[in-house]
Amino acid sequence: MHPGDSPAREHGLRAALGRFFAPVPLMGWLLAVLTAVLLERHIGDALIDALGLPKIPVLFGVLVMLKKPALIPGSLAFTGLVYLIPVTLVARFTAPLTNGIAAALQRMPLMVSGLIHLGLLYLIFHLWTDVSDYRLITLKLMLIAVLVTLSINLINGYMGEFSCSHPGFMALGAYMASIFTVGLFTDDRLFGDAVFHTLLAPAFFPLGLFLGGCVAALGALIVAVPSFRTRGDYLAIISLAFMFIVKSLLENLEFAGGPRGLSGQPDWATLPAVFCVVVLGVWIMNNFVTSTMGKALNAVRDNESAAEAMTVDTRKTKMICFMFGAFWAGVAGGLFAHVLRYVAPATFGLTKLAEVLAMVYFGGLNSVWGSITGAVSISLLSEALRPLQILKWICIPLLLILVMIYRPRGIMAFKEFNPRKILAPRTGKAKGGTDAAA
Amino acid sequence: MPLLEVIDMSHNFGGLRAVNDYNLTLEPGQVVGLIGPNGAGKTTIFNLITGIYRPTEGDIRLEGQSIVGLRPNAIAARGLARTFQEMRLWRYLTVKEHIMMARYSKLSYGLLGAFLSLPKRHRQERESEEMAMEYLKIFGVDRFADQMVIDLPYGAARRVEMARALAIEPKVLFLDEPTVGMTPEEMADMIKVVHQVHERFKPAIFLIEHRLKVVAELCQRVQCLVFGEVIVEGDPTTVQSDPKVIEAYLGDEKVVA
Repeated sequence: MHPGDSPAREHGLRAALGRFFAPVPLMGWLLAVLTAVLLERHIGDALIDALGLPKIPVLFGVLVMLKKPALIPGSLAFTGLVYLIPVTLVARFTAPLTNGIAAALQRMPLMVSGLIHLGLLYLIFHLWTDVSDYRLITLKLMLIAVLVTLSINLINGYMGEFSCSHPGFMALGAYMASIFTVGLFTDDRLFGDAVFHTLLAPAFFPLGLFLGGCVAALGALIVAVPSFRTRGDYLAIISLAFMFIVKSLLENLEFAGGPRGLSGQPDWATLPAVFCVVVLGVWIMNNFVTSTMGKALNAVRDNESAAEAMTVDTRKTKMICFMFGAFWAGVAGGLFAHVLRYVAPATFGLTKLAEVLAMVYFGGLNSVWGSITGAVSISLLSEALRPLQILKWICIPLLLILVMIYRPRGIMAFKEFNPRKILAPRTGKAKGGTDAAA
Repeated sequence: MPLLEVIDMSHNFGGLRAVNDYNLTLEPGQVVGLIGPNGAGKTTIFNLITGIYRPTEGDIRLEGQSIVGLRPNAIAARGLARTFQEMRLWRYLTVKEHIMMARYSKLSYGLLGAFLSLPKRHRQERESEEMAMEYLKIFGVDRFADQMVIDLPYGAARRVEMARALAIEPKVLFLDEPTVGMTPEEMADMIKVVHQVHERFKPAIFLIEHRLKVVAELCQRVQCLVFGEVIVEGDPTTVQSDPKVIEAYLGDEKVVA
């Protein structure tokens, strides 16, 4: 089914590319992208002058090309010269070296190796977003989307229930965190003077996010109690109702700004803060779903009575999963509010729900990889296609339909996310060997 | 004190009396069979004892303690494991994960351990994995350990299900038609597996069976259930030759003649 599964050599462009890049470990990719980002930083300005571009294309030229078709050749050349060619060359031809580094890191504890890779990834993000504020906010929102998508994947994918209340959970988290930070740490027209004037104030940001998550988890408890006695459509309907209840509740909360929303959040959601929270969230959720306690969710989904007969406490399992998913949605909501530094009830409506569901089903159910893929591709696409305006909402659904036809379960459904394997050095031969044995 | 004791258990589905004054005593290590025509209420009795339904009347005692009203997972954790007629394996779990799942109630690392991937979790998961591989070896299906269950041949899937039930380390094992849909060879193989299980783990076994041959080979005592009531109880040969049982299975002799 997947290219590379069969030991026989396949033909075609995709297979050839697969073979060409097979020996590149993650370390190789990171270093290659880092090279490209550094390249853009140092020769970018000279290159745009040479190619006749007004400024460095922020999203790999897609935006520029859609806005001004005359600049297509220049943008393509820029992206090719700065990104495609250097990444390809560096990734492929430093492979022996990067495999060596990866092998050396492999001998260290997973934590050390993981942190080194994450550090590199952060460095890339930092350098890439340094060029423009637009990139910075796009990247932050993309990272938050990863967190939201994974948290809804826990419920809709791993547990196999169809829940629609995620925008509601995000709203609860966003408001709780905002009220906490705006109310206590800033001078605000709604909440009056700051209660605490301290340099340490940003250190309370995690606490604010945590509280937001807890409120969202409480909301989940309210949805779960009546709906978990039944299965299937009921949860979908109750959770949809919950989303609307939260929205109208917030619209009527005068002290939190009502329908006009709440603004003036302190600028604490910096890139490192967002990056750390998202990485932490993905790590914890991945830990959960790979443990037997998390796999119990799959057992409950695939056959609940069998799970019960095998000593699995199905009620507890479902409840924990639902509240846990909601908690991370709440945390993501808190981050979201502090990235935009403004939050209004209208943000958390059906459009948000459609966006979140598109991400999770596009990427693939029951898979951390799927959530990352879905969130990254849909949020980048919807940014990149912005110049198309209303046509954007034809292109993205069309893409979703195509995915549903050709990969009905999403692009990367049911794929294990194993940090040790991801960071491991690649040797083209060994990979073929394990595939043949499997 | 018997291991499992069911006293005057009855159950109504609405106005229908599905089980009427059912009694059972199971001593440690004993193998008892439950036979009867389709729709007699055999699986209902299983579901009542394992906690899926709550009996309308009567009491069920496991090692002297009443288990009526407990949730099925709590009953299973007390040492009453079962298999299902239609197997009910989990579509997206590997064979090894099936066995590990049955040890859910024995994990004590808690949520925090799971979330933060604490050393305690790794230790317990590793132990559980080793245990799972041991069980798979006993049942001769260890070569499938990392496969999804839908890829398994029927006989192997049955063995996996049996291994999963035994991983609970049950005192009593309930088998719901373990040979359903099997060819005579597969059936002989299954009888061997049940014998093996009984010798090695020594649980008390209570099994529903359709085929009298299987019952005769495995059970020390047999109950015949017709319309929710036990009409005959005794050793396999007596029950098989009882005219009431023959009538229930084959219809009225006069009509046949």
